[in-house]
Amino acid sequence: MTWVLANLDVIAGYTGSHLLQALPPILVAFLLSLPLAKLANSRGWLRTSVTTTSSLMYAIPSLPLFVLLPGLIGTGVRSPLNIAVALSLYGLALMVPAAADAFRSVNREVLGSATAQGYAPRARFLQVELPLAGPVLLAGVRVVAVSTISLVTVGGVLGVPSLGMLFVDGVRRGILAEIAAGIVATVLLALLIDALLVMLGRAVMPWTRRQGARTP
Amino acid sequence: MTGSPFLDSLRWLGDSAHWTGPGGIPLRTLEHLGYTALGVLVAALLAVPIGLYVGHSGRGKGVAVAAAGAARALPTLGLVTLFALLVGIGLTAPLLSFVILAIPSLLAGAYSAVESAEPATVDAARAQGMTEWQILTRVELPLGMPLLVGGFRGATVQVVATAMLAAYVGSGGLGRYIFQGLGSQNYPQMIAGSLLVIALALVLDLTLLLAQRLTAPPGVRAS
Repeated sequence: MTWVLANLDVIAGYTGSHLLQALPPILVAFLLSLPLAKLANSRGWLRTSVTTTSSLMYAIPSLPLFVLLPGLIGTGVRSPLNIAVALSLYGLALMVPAAADAFRSVNREVLGSATAQGYAPRARFLQVELPLAGPVLLAGVRVVAVSTISLVTVGGVLGVPSLGMLFVDGVRRGILAEIAAGIVATVLLALLIDALLVMLGRAVMPWTRRQGARTP
Repeated sequence: MTGSPFLDSLRWLGDSAHWTGPGGIPLRTLEHLGYTALGVLVAALLAVPIGLYVGHSGRGKGVAVAAAGAARALPTLGLVTLFALLVGIGLTAPLLSFVILAIPSLLAGAYSAVESAEPATVDAARAQGMTEWQILTRVELPLGMPLLVGGFRGATVQVVATAMLAAYVGSGGLGRYIFQGLGSQNYPQMIAGSLLVIALALVLDLTLLLAQRLTAPPGVRAS
């Protein structure tokens, strides 16, 4: 505990860079997953290959991917950008199948009614399909957010600043409190972002408030 | 380091000196597989019976779901380093983190496998005079087997990845190549180690995916 109190500024600094590496991939994965999922749903064979690719992508351990990417995209091994790109890939691997499920969960007849009422394709997507898919999309984003925040720490072994540095430094110097603080801070950060996502979901999807976040 | 690091890493992989002896690729791969198998098996001994009980009785489902969700937030590197300090260098520390990280997938796989059986089918089995044990082993488990294997698949993927971080705190396995390469600024060796681990992870994942397909009972295409 004394270690934590004496190093609050260090923890705060690492938390900041942790968030900077975690938030963009979560956003990128969400935004890119929408068109990719629509595309995947449009053809049966595409859907199968997207599901297979996603599960294989997710099977790739994170550290080797962090090591390989710089050779492929020209960033440095210690660059936060490298971590962000890798985490976006993992985010997509989780989010695209989730978004495809979300869009499939929307009742076809409701979409048909919207078309009959004169909605143009774009308006129908934005005003009818996307809100109805919202709760399942939110469930997907929550999974992506929590796993991304936890994965950022792996970059610590390569020297990329994040809460993972507390593990690396703690084990090197034999400070148990530092490692424990890193675990607690990472989990708290994940819970905090998760809670914010739930609140955001309630704000933009007021109709989900009564019945909990699942059923549209 | 001249030329493309990828070509250099292929050269590293092709060097016969890296394929023999205690630090050689075959032995490191076996170590890695051994850690993974041990971690998943110990976790399965703990998690599968509990998951089957939760799925069959419906009791404690909320706790099981919450545990699986919370585990996703746990940073693997944090657990590995924490146990390294608590237990010391050796196999026990990484094994403890493997078991903890493998439990949620196995638990979820086991209870969703049992739970996936149609209630009407389970009631029919009960009406025919089957005991609860017979219902579990002859009806619910065969029907849900692909989901149970899916739990093993998720756990294996998780432990293969974590087994690599274990090399960071003094264990063997394929992670050694990455951390040795990191220490000596040998990027081709890091790439070679990464390619080996990725290949191992994908082979294991595809094998278990195949097992998932094969264990689906004829006439049921559950997953």
